[in-house]
Amino acid sequence: MPHSRIPTQPDSAALPPPAADSTPQPRVSPALTFARAAAPNPTEADALARAQTGDHLAFAHLYSLHKRRIYSLCLRMVGNIAEAEDLTQEAFLQLHRKIATFRGDSAFSTWLHRLAINVVLMHLRRKGLSLISLDEAMEPTADEGPGRSFGTPDPALAGAIDRLALERAVGELPAGYRLIFVLHDIEGYEHNEIASMLDCSIGNSKSQLHKARLKLRDAVRTGSRQEAQR
Amino acid sequence: MTEKQNILTCAEFQAQLPELISSGQPIADHPHLRTCGLCSALLAELQTIVDAARQLFPIVEPPDDLWEQIESAIKEEESKPAEGQPAKN
Repeated sequence: MPHSRIPTQPDSAALPPPAADSTPQPRVSPALTFARAAAPNPTEADALARAQTGDHLAFAHLYSLHKRRIYSLCLRMVGNIAEAEDLTQEAFLQLHRKIATFRGDSAFSTWLHRLAINVVLMHLRRKGLSLISLDEAMEPTADEGPGRSFGTPDPALAGAIDRLALERAVGELPAGYRLIFVLHDIEGYEHNEIASMLDCSIGNSKSQLHKARLKLRDAVRTGSRQEAQR
Repeated sequence: MTEKQNILTCAEFQAQLPELISSGQPIADHPHLRTCGLCSALLAELQTIVDAARQLFPIVEPPDDLWEQIESAIKEEESKPAEGQPAKN
């Protein structure tokens, strides 16, 4: 289970746009229609139970509750807007296919989150990123090993960090490092969960996270030095 | 803390760092850190990076038309006959 850094509340009730229909109708979203029909306050549980029986409006309501978190997750993991949109679509399509199999062994949001992560991982594997052999590909090089010099402390990193430099550094992380960094440090998954998702050892998850953080630190230090020289 | 921990070199300490950090135990009192400004600074910088990175990724709204695409894909899937099933009239 993701630990407490993960927001447990669903997204705010921002609603999806109305379904395309050949009949002119007032622009009322399916989710809003569902919300009104199930008034006064349709809960996620109501929507889930109905969606499991094939109720499209209820499914639209679930989308409106979770779309922001799932889209944000995809965006964090791949760092590309177009891919994140495609992956969000695929995640909700998978949800539609599998929703009847949800038995409530975990919270629905947790289940959906894991489903979306699996969609992203499948996508990355299809793109050729071998998550299993990542460990071998990322064995420490001479300058990354434990004996490397970390240099003198950087005052620029002691306080506020240049947001843009860090953003750029995260964007430039190799996909495997980025994945583990996002899953652990941003999404709050534990190493045993990440190891299970990526089919690697817990030790590898820990060491790769550490390397990812070191790479970010190096990139930010380089950025701040370059900035200071200007 | 044992005497062995006191005499760790920076390389040895840094080799243990992933495990120490992920243990969830406070490591600020680690004997090596008490005497090593370099490793203390490294640890502080890594923490600063992680804290700052968490602020980098706000929850964002997907584009408005994404639902239409999803709905359209769902309809398309539903209109296809299931494997081994005849198409609906």
